[in-house]
Amino acid sequence: MRYALSTLISGVSLGGQYALIAIGYTLVYGILRLINFAHGDVFMVAGLMMVYLSASLPLPLALVLMLVLTVVLGFAIERAAYKPLRSAPRMSVMISAIGVSYLLQNLATYVTGGLPQTYPTIPWLSRVAWGSVKWAAIVTPFLVVALVFALTQLINHTKVGMAMRAVAKDFETSQLMGIKINNVISMTFVIGSALAAVGSTLYFINFPSIVPLSGALPGLRAFVAAVFGGIGSIPGAVVGAFIIGISETIIKASPYSIFSDAFTFALLIVILVVKPTGLFGEKVTDKV
Amino acid sequence: MIAQKKNKTGLFIALVVAAALLILAIVLENTLDPIKNTIFFTVLKKGAVYALVACSMNLLNGFTGLFSLGQAGFMLLGAYTYATLTIPMSAKDSVYYLYGGTVFRFSLPDLFGGADKPLGLILGVLLALVCAGIVAAAVAWLIGLPVLRLKSDYLAIATLGFAEIIRAVFQWDKLGPVTNGANALKSFPTFSSFNLKNASGEVTLRLSIFVAFLLAAICIALILLLINSSYGRAFKAIREDEVAAEAMGINLAKHKRLSFCISSFFAGVGGGMFAMFANQAQARNFTTAMTYEILLIVVIGGIGSISGSCLASFLYVAASEWWLRFLDKETTLTHIFGFDLDQPFKVPLLRNGFRMVVFSVVIMIVVLFFRRGLMGDKELPDVLRRFGAFCKRLFRRPAKKTGKGGEDNG
Repeated sequence: MRYALSTLISGVSLGGQYALIAIGYTLVYGILRLINFAHGDVFMVAGLMMVYLSASLPLPLALVLMLVLTVVLGFAIERAAYKPLRSAPRMSVMISAIGVSYLLQNLATYVTGGLPQTYPTIPWLSRVAWGSVKWAAIVTPFLVVALVFALTQLINHTKVGMAMRAVAKDFETSQLMGIKINNVISMTFVIGSALAAVGSTLYFINFPSIVPLSGALPGLRAFVAAVFGGIGSIPGAVVGAFIIGISETIIKASPYSIFSDAFTFALLIVILVVKPTGLFGEKVTDKV
Repeated sequence: MIAQKKNKTGLFIALVVAAALLILAIVLENTLDPIKNTIFFTVLKKGAVYALVACSMNLLNGFTGLFSLGQAGFMLLGAYTYATLTIPMSAKDSVYYLYGGTVFRFSLPDLFGGADKPLGLILGVLLALVCAGIVAAAVAWLIGLPVLRLKSDYLAIATLGFAEIIRAVFQWDKLGPVTNGANALKSFPTFSSFNLKNASGEVTLRLSIFVAFLLAAICIALILLLINSSYGRAFKAIREDEVAAEAMGINLAKHKRLSFCISSFFAGVGGGMFAMFANQAQARNFTTAMTYEILLIVVIGGIGSISGSCLASFLYVAASEWWLRFLDKETTLTHIFGFDLDQPFKVPLLRNGFRMVVFSVVIMIVVLFFRRGLMGDKELPDVLRRFGAFCKRLFRRPAKKTGKGGEDNG
């Protein structure tokens, strides 16, 4: 019972961490129709920056600086790698995203020398609260709910949020209506990267170390979560992330742990075939 | 008439180039010192394998317009099929020692007289490679049933997912007697097995690169024939506009499935060849990163150009394995351009891993600024012909600059 409960708690917490990454995917996809393959690696770089910053700065300062730098990184990636391809076919942008992901991974390998980096312990969050559950795991769901609430408020009740909704609905028309789409797109990347930075702190606390490839799989799983919930929809991404996080933790605890990723992707394929727009996605019709 | 004639000259050029390359492969391998040039030979072999896989991916992504990211998964299937079918009976117990032998109680080369006899080796390897392709194509057919109904990015992510699932399944302990769990399969015939040896075991004629080139050339030729057939034209029509293609009477589902299966077939064969190149087959090598690598080759070569993919794969492999190696070594210069330096100069940045950073920056530059890649969607004979025409015009009217304008239009 105790074991089951602690598995469930870590599942919910993992889901929360995925949710924070998944929102980044879903926002970008909603606006640019682009799978931002580099998002998982931005998440990894945030973790690495925390490692290096906390080595020389006091922890609160390191946290803030990490958040700011991750946001800058997300913004810079959009400006350098996606903006020049605005009018190119979607495939080119996706390939560019894959290229950025490749670059970030190789850069991380170069900087770390390929060695696993020990993630710093954060005084309060790293402490064990109950059984094998850390405080981070208990805080995560609440933090996620709070952040998602703030985000939905931003999107539904502010000017920039309205602009984001408009751009997501129709790229060209919103441009004609005087919306500066480049600013809106940058804003999306800023929000996505900030959430990924928060997610990376909560995620990597649970692991002893971090390697250049540690962003790839969480990124893919979070993307699956975003598709599962209906890409473009924020509540969908959160619900999908919780489902995927919980099921992954349960499978990891069972004898079939090797199939945890296989299950995640099987879930993706089933939902894509049965309901291609995901749980909460809007139905789109193609015009000739 | 003219188009036909052009086609024939193109075919002729392609055949001559292929034959010349094959002869060159034999000559190079037998005249160059095998120890000093190991890395060059590795590049040639790996380049040939990657050329085939890149062409198979180009068939799907470039010619049919189906953005699939499952190539590594199909290569894995091919590699494992090839390996399980060709490990000699005598080596099976030592390879599968963790699982007390395997369920496959036969080996294709042994059925034809053993891998040390020419007949057994050639027939066994060829049959195993064909089986590798067939298994990959069969799985592709099954996967295609649900997945090919998806469009663009969804298709990409679903095929990526399938590749991951396949990788997980092949590492499963319970399948150990077939796949050897997470351990490598080895001891099967490789490219080097084709080197001719005399009675005392000394190598008399090296054929390993020749075999790699020959296999890749045959498969790529088949892909080329397919692309130039009516099926190929249907694929291109689907790429340009699905709705219009359907309106012209092209059966979308059938042609997409066909393209997917054929592409996977050749990816499977390429996977088998990759196992031959690497001397082993292990599931954990066939990651998403491998698919990305092949995708980048296709992009560098030009999406929709077979000769571009071939060129790019050799360039890519040579750059990553050979030419940029010096970036990974810490270097201290004591003299530069013949001048002695007062104190040794340590070149900054050079350190393990820097090669890949430079490499990925180069790739980003290609992706961002040379989006059409090396060849665009043209083939080598077209490019040569245009280059010839351009030179002719330059030669005739050297003073005027009109030649350039004509080039852009052509």
